[in-house]
Amino acid sequence: MTSSANTNKEDRLRQFPLTGALREDGRPLDLEEYERYGGYQALRRVLSTMTAGEVIEEVKKANLRGRGGAGFPTGVKWESMAPLADPRRPRYFLANADEMEPGTFKDRLLLEGNPHQLLEGILIGSYAVQADQAYIFLRWEYNTPVRNIKRAIDEAYRRGYLGKNILNSGFSLDIAVHTSAGRYICGEETGLLNALEGKRPVPRPRTLHAGELGLWGKPTIANNAETLCNVPHIIKNGAEWYAQLSRCADGGTKLFGVSGHVKRPGAWELPMGTTIKEILEEHAGGMAEGFKFRALIPGGASTQFLLAEHLETPMDFTSPQKVGSRLGTGAMVVLDDKTCPVGFLLNLERFFARESCGWCTPCREGLLWTERLLGAIEGGQGEPSDMETLRSLIFMMGVGRTFCLFAPGAMMPLESGLKYFREDFEGHIKGKSCPWS
Amino acid sequence: MLTDTEKQEILREAARYPHRQAAAIEALKIVQRQRGWVSGDIEELAELLDMTADEVEAVGTFFSHIYLKPLGRHIIFICDSISCWVMGSDMLREHLKKRLEIEPGETTKDGRFTLMPIACLGICKDAPAMMVDEVLFTKLDQGKIDDILRQYQ
Repeated sequence: MTSSANTNKEDRLRQFPLTGALREDGRPLDLEEYERYGGYQALRRVLSTMTAGEVIEEVKKANLRGRGGAGFPTGVKWESMAPLADPRRPRYFLANADEMEPGTFKDRLLLEGNPHQLLEGILIGSYAVQADQAYIFLRWEYNTPVRNIKRAIDEAYRRGYLGKNILNSGFSLDIAVHTSAGRYICGEETGLLNALEGKRPVPRPRTLHAGELGLWGKPTIANNAETLCNVPHIIKNGAEWYAQLSRCADGGTKLFGVSGHVKRPGAWELPMGTTIKEILEEHAGGMAEGFKFRALIPGGASTQFLLAEHLETPMDFTSPQKVGSRLGTGAMVVLDDKTCPVGFLLNLERFFARESCGWCTPCREGLLWTERLLGAIEGGQGEPSDMETLRSLIFMMGVGRTFCLFAPGAMMPLESGLKYFREDFEGHIKGKSCPWS
Repeated sequence: MLTDTEKQEILREAARYPHRQAAAIEALKIVQRQRGWVSGDIEELAELLDMTADEVEAVGTFFSHIYLKPLGRHIIFICDSISCWVMGSDMLREHLKKRLEIEPGETTKDGRFTLMPIACLGICKDAPAMMVDEVLFTKLDQGKIDDILRQYQ
């Protein structure tokens, strides 16, 4: 590589810390390559010069918020870990890499292409909460990321970045990979705890905070994989640098994705606060030939639709909420004019009905009925009263009426869809067929 | 009956956790790797993992990649989530049904393929996608599917 190419990559890394070092050929960075781009410098700094409290302060100052969909401030979460005076050991740290939100393919990019970045994030996070053991929870289907991460873990042990007394700091950590076997609910934080323990992965009551009572009743912190990949860069370059990467109050960059009938579907690391329009037009290249934009879900299957009039909305943690949606995972799925919106919603709700863990009644029964009603309407057998029934299902699966947030999430696209595509629904019911089929 | 090799592999997995039960999923996967499915091994697994048979079954019946009945030599997992659906996965599923003469969840008469729906494979930019066993295929169309089917016996 020429020196100018190196400089270019250094510049890219300052601007796009999470993906700037990724190889063009898709192969993962090995340990030496990762170190060449400054890898494990943050860990060295943390272990030699920072207290756990200082690490948490820096992450709070950077205003890093969870990238898995909920947006909880990472530093605040770390502070919720039971104090060291608590005698329970071991203390656990979990990386949630169970990416299964429909339309979302951001963690895969990071897990596959730069596994050491995740390991360094886990190491620093574990130091911040003084965890003894970390697990990376991966879905069965992500076998390439699993292979790459396992290889990286071996390399890190050999180089002394993992195991006992890391870099002579007195801090010790082991990381193991836990590979799952399907089911969306495993990505829900408390479902993940049960899955990892070898139990049926139904969620746990929200009153039990994992920091206090987590894996096997021990203090535990779980963070999304993308969130953790930010951490080494925050420590290495500082909270102020991190904050100025973004175009809004939320710090840093975010991986955004676009799929559907656009010219260049893909995922890109961009400043937090980049507008939907810019992502859609400049990065995804606009709509594919012969397709017109109708709407999109901005952050995975459990986010509300947005329309053309919302395209100037910046993608950050607050702006999409002002127009009735959520950032979610930042993975947009585009609904075009040649695709039936009722069919689109039927597809989403069929996914949720199938993936419901069945633990609480409103979700287990309600989603099934939602799927059946949408299926009837799409198939031309809908009744005018079905619209009211759907609305009552949305009410009955609202926040506070179900055991976890799975069903309320499932209702988000539906509620907005009934509002925005009302004429399409009525057209199906009156015409007794789907105009798109 | 679990073989000694299987038992050893399961105990090696279990050693990574403070409680053997955490290896339940891995243990079920180890068992079905050889035989393709989990049959009469539940009691034995339970004993090995300090669990009750009911607990093993509660796990086995929940996860989509644990098979409690025999399947074909190869499993086709066709993604039916939203991005793939927008890009035409319904048509591909119909094509597979016609080619294999089975419905989703069924196995071909010659035992070669089982067809299964699967949730988002996390490769939406290259939709539509499917996996055959552990191999991912993307940007599918009918011709590509025909080529892929020919590779598996």
